[in-house]
Amino acid sequence: MSDATAPRHRRGLAAILGLTALSQGDRAGIARWVIVALALLLSATAIGSLATGPILVPVFDLLPHIPGQLLDPSAPLPETVSVRDWIVVMDIRLPRITLGALVGAALAVSGAVMQGLFRNPLADPGIVGVSAGAGLGAALFIVLGNATLAPAMAILGIYAIPFAAFAGGLINTLLLYRIGTRGGFTSVATLLLAGIALGALTGAITGLLVYVADDNQLRDLQFWGLGSLAGANWEKVASAAPIILTMLLATPFLARGLNALTLGEAAAAHIGIRVQRLKNISILLVAAATGASVAVSGGIGFVGIVVPHLLRLSIGPDHKYLLPAAALLGAILLIGADTLARTIVAPAELPIGIITAFVGAPFFLWILLRNRGLTGL
Amino acid sequence: MSNLSALTQTVAAHVQFLDVRDLKVTLGNTLIVNDMSLSAHAGELLAIIGPSGSGKTTLLKAITGERPYLGSIQLGGCEVASLSPETQAMIRGVLPQASHLSFPLTVSEVIGLGILDRRQDRLSRAHRVAEALSLVGLPGFEARTYQDLSGGEQQRVQLARVLCQVWDPVAEDGTPRWLFLDEPVSSLDIKHQYQIMKLAKDYARRGGGVIAVMHDLNLTAAFADKVLVMKNGSKVQHGSLEDVFSETTLTPTFEMPLAVTRDDENGIRVVPRFSADHSKS
Repeated sequence: MSDATAPRHRRGLAAILGLTALSQGDRAGIARWVIVALALLLSATAIGSLATGPILVPVFDLLPHIPGQLLDPSAPLPETVSVRDWIVVMDIRLPRITLGALVGAALAVSGAVMQGLFRNPLADPGIVGVSAGAGLGAALFIVLGNATLAPAMAILGIYAIPFAAFAGGLINTLLLYRIGTRGGFTSVATLLLAGIALGALTGAITGLLVYVADDNQLRDLQFWGLGSLAGANWEKVASAAPIILTMLLATPFLARGLNALTLGEAAAAHIGIRVQRLKNISILLVAAATGASVAVSGGIGFVGIVVPHLLRLSIGPDHKYLLPAAALLGAILLIGADTLARTIVAPAELPIGIITAFVGAPFFLWILLRNRGLTGL
Repeated sequence: MSNLSALTQTVAAHVQFLDVRDLKVTLGNTLIVNDMSLSAHAGELLAIIGPSGSGKTTLLKAITGERPYLGSIQLGGCEVASLSPETQAMIRGVLPQASHLSFPLTVSEVIGLGILDRRQDRLSRAHRVAEALSLVGLPGFEARTYQDLSGGEQQRVQLARVLCQVWDPVAEDGTPRWLFLDEPVSSLDIKHQYQIMKLAKDYARRGGGVIAVMHDLNLTAAFADKVLVMKNGSKVQHGSLEDVFSETTLTPTFEMPLAVTRDDENGIRVVPRFSADHSKS
């Protein structure tokens, strides 16, 4: 055993931080610290966002009362708390931040799982048309929910749109998997191109719905195409949270399988992974979480690409750490982007999708350029 | 694990063998392996040789459960197709021909994937990884990024991973474990070819079973106990090295005049037999 061998120069955050655990080829120690740091940062971001907006709220005076109110909304407020501040925080900002955290975590983890599954760092529900499929499903219910689809709407209630989005996302994921994967190998070029085609096709069908939509629905559709958390309320949180939390809690169990898939599907099977079952579960979870996110916030792009990629640079590709870290960083990023979206042009606000695209698209190009030659593009 | 021991104890009399009977493997409409029957013994290194496209790798893939097949493949007394991936993973390790990783894992992370025993703590895992790396001649490579290694180094890292998976050639209950190696030395230099073949041979000597698809006839001659010769998906000959390595078998199989020499110093060697005008041109 020769521990003395010096580690070679490494790119990325880890090298900048100069973390010594790398000399053992063991990034687990770093990963644990990064996750703790991200958890703290998430709390800080959430509190900061809670305080920020057209009205500055003394958020630390309010915080201690929030858990009690969430448990028992009828409990009287202490007199030191202004009713206006309380309404701003509880009815406007807190549901919005909660929704942002859920959606951000869902998008980032979906990206990470999909990249593991397709064995490619460029796979992402937004880029390969899964979000577009979810969008079509949701748009169908927005436009036809009171007419043709009214019976389904009546049965599914607040879950109607998330469910439709899930179904749409699932169909596109399955199509994509069939087209992009052959003999256990995914062709990057085929995958991306097929994703673009699928996305364009589903987008076109969604576009057709514009002609049967009324004015209100039209505004919904338009806003929604770019992605926004503006309509956030507790009802939306309640409709998306069960699906997204299920996915967040289930994905850690996929970590070992996704790690093994790094070796290829055959080698993963050789070390005892039930590959087909892993693929089925992953696709279901990604479609469900993407569907739920799209249903409540529209098409917010690039979070699923940027977050896992940044994390792989610092903590490595081990899904055991990558998935929880992605959930945290995704939540941080989306809360941050949403805070920007609702403050920089106040009192108006930008669709958050514009901000994530401004940051994410150049980043995506950067990854493409960096990997040129590696990905066979 | 307890399942496996219960399973293997009931059939303990048979488990020293890998038995293939009337095996047929098709790819689309093409018959790749035809009517193959063979048995391999734990404690021996069986080499599969034959020209490219003779079905060696496909035969190995059927044995490793990677390809559906007709006929029967019994490993540890059980039909391979009926064993769960988890059970198979505990009785046999598989070294594939080429391994491309989708993400930049470190060497220790790659090898760690082969350590299936989740009761092992971090320290003993790290120790096992280091041991495996020394065995394949790459001590201290833990922190290197797999993608930055040469092809030969990657092949040896993969072998270290497979070794970790089936570390003890004989399980606690006496069941032999198996190594299935698809061209294990194809991208190695001559020193490491011998080192890795010695490692495989040693695994067999300690009671495990080894089946290796080989291209290099002289390496095969130096290390194999038994040899299976394949051509066009069928068995040409299956037997001991001494029986199989003859000009009458090898020359028509490889469609090239081959001379097989035997002497006490070098053992069996295979060289091309050039006619006089051939060697001068």
